[in-house]
Amino acid sequence: MSQIFHRSTNTIARVSIFGALFILAALTWMSYGINSSSYVTQAFVAREQPVQFSHKHHVGDDGIDCRYCHTSVEQSAFAGIPPTKTCMNCHSQLFLRSAYLEPVRASWRDNKPLQWTRVHDLPDFVYFNHSIHVNKGVGCSTCHGRVDQMPLVYQASSLQMEWCLGCHRQPEKFVRPRDQIYNMAWEPPPDQLEQGRRLVRDYKIQDARTLSSCSTCHR
Amino acid sequence: MEESAHQKNSKHRQTGPGKNLPVLNVPSESHRSILNLAARRVQRGNASPDEYWRSLDELADTPEFRAMLHREFPPAASEWNDPLSRRRFLHLMGASLALAGMTACTQQPAEYIVPYVKPPEGIIPGKPQYYATAMPFGGAATGLLVESREGRPIKIEGNPDHPASLGATDIFAQASLLTLYDPDRSQTVNYLGEISTWSAFLGEVGAALESQRGTQGAGLRILTETVVSPTLAAQLRELLRQFPAAKWHQYEAVNRDNAIVGAQLAFGQPMTPLYRFENADVILAVDSDFLSCGPGSLRYAREFARRRRVSTEQPLMNRLYVIESTPNSTGAVADHRLPLRPAEIENFVRAVAAALGVPSAGAAARPDNQEWFSALVRDLQNHRGRSLIIVGDEQPPFIHALAHAINQTLGNNGQTVQFIDPVEASPVEQMQSLRELAGEMEAGRVELLIILGGNPVHTAPADLNFAARLSKVRLRVHLGLYNDETSELCHWHIPESHYLESWSDARAFDGTASIIQPLILPLYQSKSAHELLAALTGQPDRSSYDLVRDYWKANYRNPSNKTAALPVAQNAGAVGGAANNRAQTTAIPAQSANAVTAPKANTSTQTPVTASTPSASPAPVAAGSPSPASDDFEKFWRKSLNDGVIAGSAFPLKTVTAASSQISSPNNGLRTTDYGHSITLLFRPDPAIYDGRFANNGWLQELPRPLTKLTWDNAALMSPSTATRLGVDYRVSSRGGERGEIHADVIELSYQGRSVRAPVWIVPGHADNCITVHLGYGRWRAGRAGNGAGFNANVLRSSDHQWTAPGVEIKRTGDTYQLACTQFHYNMEGREIVRAASLDEFQRNPKFAHEKVEEPTAHESLYPEYEYKGYAWGMAIDLNSCTGCNACVIACQAENNIPVVGREQVLRGRAMHWLRIDRYYKGAVHNPETFFQPLPCMHCEKAPCEVVCPVNATVHDTEGLNVMVYNRCVGTRYCSNNCPYKVRRFNFLLYQDWDSPSLRPMRNPEVSVRSRGVMEKCTYCVQRIQHAKIESEKENRTIRDGEVVTACQAACPTEAIVFGNINDHSSQVAKLKASPRNYGLLAELQTQPRTTYLAAVRNPNPEINHTPQEAMK
Repeated sequence: MSQIFHRSTNTIARVSIFGALFILAALTWMSYGINSSSYVTQAFVAREQPVQFSHKHHVGDDGIDCRYCHTSVEQSAFAGIPPTKTCMNCHSQLFLRSAYLEPVRASWRDNKPLQWTRVHDLPDFVYFNHSIHVNKGVGCSTCHGRVDQMPLVYQASSLQMEWCLGCHRQPEKFVRPRDQIYNMAWEPPPDQLEQGRRLVRDYKIQDARTLSSCSTCHR
Repeated sequence: MEESAHQKNSKHRQTGPGKNLPVLNVPSESHRSILNLAARRVQRGNASPDEYWRSLDELADTPEFRAMLHREFPPAASEWNDPLSRRRFLHLMGASLALAGMTACTQQPAEYIVPYVKPPEGIIPGKPQYYATAMPFGGAATGLLVESREGRPIKIEGNPDHPASLGATDIFAQASLLTLYDPDRSQTVNYLGEISTWSAFLGEVGAALESQRGTQGAGLRILTETVVSPTLAAQLRELLRQFPAAKWHQYEAVNRDNAIVGAQLAFGQPMTPLYRFENADVILAVDSDFLSCGPGSLRYAREFARRRRVSTEQPLMNRLYVIESTPNSTGAVADHRLPLRPAEIENFVRAVAAALGVPSAGAAARPDNQEWFSALVRDLQNHRGRSLIIVGDEQPPFIHALAHAINQTLGNNGQTVQFIDPVEASPVEQMQSLRELAGEMEAGRVELLIILGGNPVHTAPADLNFAARLSKVRLRVHLGLYNDETSELCHWHIPESHYLESWSDARAFDGTASIIQPLILPLYQSKSAHELLAALTGQPDRSSYDLVRDYWKANYRNPSNKTAALPVAQNAGAVGGAANNRAQTTAIPAQSANAVTAPKANTSTQTPVTASTPSASPAPVAAGSPSPASDDFEKFWRKSLNDGVIAGSAFPLKTVTAASSQISSPNNGLRTTDYGHSITLLFRPDPAIYDGRFANNGWLQELPRPLTKLTWDNAALMSPSTATRLGVDYRVSSRGGERGEIHADVIELSYQGRSVRAPVWIVPGHADNCITVHLGYGRWRAGRAGNGAGFNANVLRSSDHQWTAPGVEIKRTGDTYQLACTQFHYNMEGREIVRAASLDEFQRNPKFAHEKVEEPTAHESLYPEYEYKGYAWGMAIDLNSCTGCNACVIACQAENNIPVVGREQVLRGRAMHWLRIDRYYKGAVHNPETFFQPLPCMHCEKAPCEVVCPVNATVHDTEGLNVMVYNRCVGTRYCSNNCPYKVRRFNFLLYQDWDSPSLRPMRNPEVSVRSRGVMEKCTYCVQRIQHAKIESEKENRTIRDGEVVTACQAACPTEAIVFGNINDHSSQVAKLKASPRNYGLLAELQTQPRTTYLAAVRNPNPEINHTPQEAMK
C-alpha cells in the first residue's frame, strides 16, 4: 500500500506541534506584554491639561518644594492639587501677560476652578494613602519618577497591583531616610538592602504579610 | 408538599371570598391553622419553657414546615417567572456575551481633579471634618456630629457632649441623611402644580397679608408641627404681635397630648418629667417604649442598660416590669411583661395606686394576675425613692396623672423623676388645636393658612375631614420637604430646607438648646421655616443664619429663657418694641455662602468641631466699634457651635406636688371603657417610618421592624388567640421557606363607617382582643419608595380617640396579601443560639452559658492555626443590653453604602443588610420572653466561606479579618452557602442606584460601591480600622483601645457592641470576652468566631412563678 502522506508531512507535523506550543507561549507573552504596555497602563503618556504646567520648570529650575503645592501629602490620603490661589501667589506678580496663564487668571477672576486631568488614576476599589507612605520613608520619586524632569507630567510606573506589591512585599528595597523624601534626585545607595532593613525596623514598617493583605488597600 | 400547600390555600379561598362574614365572637373551629396547633402544643405543655423559637410555625413544628426548611432552595426559586421567555433571554444573552468581551477593550475614562479657587479655611482634602448640629424630631432635638467630606455630609454620629445623645443615635437621625439626598424631594416653588418663583409667592402672600392687616389677621392661621426652636417660637410670637387676631395651631400625628394633659391634671400646670434611670432599681413601664422612642430615649436607654451590665464583680441589676398592649422593644427586654388590653391597663394602674395608698386612685377591680400584681406592689414598696413608674404617650391623661401621684407617694420625685417646664415652645393639646382649626376652616373663617412642615392631609384623623375643609380656605401655603398630599391641596408649595441645609436651633428633652448648623448649602431652591416667617413679618431678605444669630445675640445671657423675643429693631415694617434695640447696633456679617462654588458648604460661617474650645483666631469683627458685649457674644457663638450645646440652657429643675384631689374626678382624662369582647384598635407610630414623614426613605422602609421583622408594609397586628377567634392566619408562601414571602389573610377594619383593608400579622405577646395598626403608611404622594406601600391607618383614627378605636368591626375578605418579612430567614434549628438565665441562676452559676453545649477544645481543627502577632480584631455583643432598636443596622447601611433592594426583592429574601437583628421567642405563645441578637459577620478564624471560594475572593488577613475582595468575586455564592450564620449578601441585581445624581454625594468615599454579581458582607468597618492604623503609625504608636469604633458600635444607645483588639488583654473587648457570660455562636462548629456574645441575664422577681403555663389565664 502506498503511503497516503508524503514523507515531508512528518516534518510539517513536528513543526506545527512544536509551533503550536510556541505560538501559545508567544500569545501569552504578547498578551502579558500588551497588558503591561503603556497602551493599557497609560504609563509615560503625558496628558493634555488646561494649563501647560511644567513641573520641570517649577521643581527642577525654580526648586519649589513638592509640599508648596501638594500641601496635604503628609496628613491626608490625597496629596492635594493646589487651588488657584496658590498659583496666584506668584503669578499675580510674575508672567502677568503670558497667554499660557490665561486660564489661571480666568479661574481667579471668575471664581471657577480649573479642571485638571488626573494622571495617576488608581481603580476605584483601591484606597491609596499618601501620608502613610511619605511618613514611612517612601519618597515621591519612588512612584512618581523624576517629576523635576517632566515638562508635562506622566505616569512613571504601571500602577498595576503587581507593581504595588513589589514594594509591599519587599519595602527594604525602596525605603529611604525621611529627610530624603522630597529629594527628586535621590538614588538608592549601593548598600540599599542593608540600609533599607534598618529603616524598615526604625520606621516600624509592618511586615510583608500585613502589607500584602487585601484589606491593606481594598475595602 | 408544594401541591398540598396550594390546596390548603385554595380551600381557604373557597370559604373566604366575597362572603363578608361578620366574624366577631364567632370562634372559627373549622379553621385548622398551624396556629391552633401551636397553641395546643403549648397548652399540652409540649413546648418546654426553656425552648427558644423564632416563629409560630417553628413552634408548631408541622411536617410541612419542616420539609420546607430542609429544602435547600425554596420551591419555585429556580423557576423562570420573568415575562421574557427563556428562548428570548438566551438570544439576548448570546448577543450580550459576544459583545461583552469588547467592553474590556476600552480604557478607563479620564477623571478630573477640580481644586478650590480659594481654599476654605481648615479643610484638608481627603480628611473628614465633623460639625456639631442637632436634629429636631418629634418635639425634641438630638445632638449630632456629622461627618463632612469636602463639604458633603456623608455620615451622622451622635454628639457625646449632648445630653440627649451621649454619642448615640437612633434610626431616624441615621436615616435623615438619605432624606437630605432623596431625589424625590421637592425642588421648586409650585403654584397650583406649576413651577413658580419665590418672588411671585412673596407678591401674592404679601397682598393677602396686607388685606389681613385691616382685621388684625383675623383670617390668618399658622399650622406648625411641635415647635422646639426658640428662634422660630420668637418669630411666631412676633407674627402674632403684628397680627393679634391671627392664631397659631400645632399638630403632629404622634403628639404628646396625653402627657401634657396628664401633667396638667396632676400639677395644675404643664410639666415635663425627666427620668433618672441610673437611680432606679425597680421600674414599671406602662405601655411606654422609653427605650426606643420619644424625647430622651437614647439617654434613657443608655442609663437603663448601664444598670443591667452584670458581671461576677457587679452581680446586681435593675428590674423592669412592663404592662403593654402592643409588644415593643421595651417590653421585649423586660424582666416581667404582662400583655393587657387598654382598659385592663387602666384598671391595673389604678389598683397599683390603691395598693400603694395613693389617695386619688379611686375604685379598681382586682387585677387578674394577682400574683404578678402583688409581687410588683411589694417590689415597689421595698424600693421607695429608687423605683419609677413611666407611662407611654398613648395612655390616657388619667394614667399619666396617676403615675405622677404614685411616683410622689413612693418618694421618687427628685430621685428617679424630676420635673422641668415643657420643652415645647407652646405646649398645647395638639388634637384640640387641629380640631379648632378644622372647625374654623369649615366655618369659612380662615382666609390665609400657612402650613409650616407636616402633612396634615395625610396625618389628620379622618373624622376631621381635613382635606375637604382645607379647600374652603382662600389662600393655602404649604412649606414641606416633599410635594406631598398636603401640597397637592395647597395653592403654594414652598420646598423646605432639610435640617442639614439650614440654620436653626432646637431644644432637647431637658431644655438644652443647640444651634442647628447646616452642613451644605440647600440642594434646591428651598426655604426654611425661619425664612418663610421672616417674609411674613416683612423681612423677606433675612437669612436663617441672620435670624438665629440675632435671636441668640439678644438672648445669649439667659439661654434657658423660654419666652424670649426677637430683637425687634430689625423688623423694618414693625412698630414699637424698642426694648431689644441694642442687639442691632452691630451689623451682622452677611452670609457669604452664596458666593462659594466648589464645595457647597457654608464654610465661612460653619465651625467644625475641634478638640478643645475654638482656636483663638480672631472672630470676624463687625463694622463699627466692637464692644466687649459683641466679643462676648462671638465667644459664646463659637463655643456653642463647636460644642453642639449652648451651655447653661437646660431648664432648671422644678419641685412640684401632685394635687391628688384633681385626679380622682371621674370625667378627667377620657377614661377608657372596656368593650368586653369587642375588638379595640390601637394606633401606634410605625417603628421605622414614624408618622409617615419617612415614608420615602428606603433605608427605613426596608428596615425590619424590631418585633415583626416586616418591611415595606404595615399590618394589623394581633395576638395568636385573637387571630384564631377571627379565623385569620398567615402562611409561608410557596416561594417562602427561608425566603421572606408570607401570605397573610386580609381583613377589613371598619370604624365609624370608615374602613381599610389590612393584612393580618400575628404577634406573640400581643394583648388579646385588640389589634395594633401602625401609622404612616398608605401615602399616595410620598415619592417612589413610599407611594402605595401599606394601608392608611389614619382613615380609622378619630380625633376624640387618638390612640384607640374601641369596638372596631372586622370582616374577613378572603383575600391574601404578600408581606415582605425577614422573620423566616435563617432558621437555626433548635441550637443554643441565644443563651439566657435569670440573675439568680447567674449568681449561682456564672458559667451557665457553657452548660448545655458541646464546647470544642482549642486546636481541634485540621486547618492550620493562624498566628496573630499584632492586632487581632474582635467584637463582643452584650445580649443583655440590646434592645433591638435597629440603630446599628441603619448606621451600618449609611457607613458602608449598602443599597436598598425594594419590596419585591425582600420577598425573595435578598435584603442586603450586613448586620441584621434576629429576634427569638422563648416560652408561651401568648406572652413569650423575647430576645434580640444582632448578627454581623462573625469573622471566623476558621471561616467556612474561605475554603470554598474557587477564586480566593474571600480570604483571611493578618489581623483576623475575613476580608471580601469584590474585584475577585465571580459570584458563585458558594461562600454564602457554606456560611453557618448566613451573614453574606449577594448582589443578585444592580441594587445600587448609579443614576440619581443626588445620591452620589451621599456615599462614603472610603468604601467601594458594589456592583451586580458580587458577594458582600460586614467588614468590621475595615475603613475605620485602616484609618486608625494609618494615623497611629504616623505617630509611631499602636492603636489605642477605643480608637477604632465601628459604625454599629458608635450608634448603639446601650453600648451593647464593643469592638477592639483582643490581643491587648487590657482592652474593653478582651475583658468582655473573658467574662463567664461570653459564648461563641455555633462555636461547636469549630469556626472560632471573632464576634462573640454575652449571654442575657434577666432579673425576674423570685416571688413570681416564672413558668409560662402559670402565666396563662
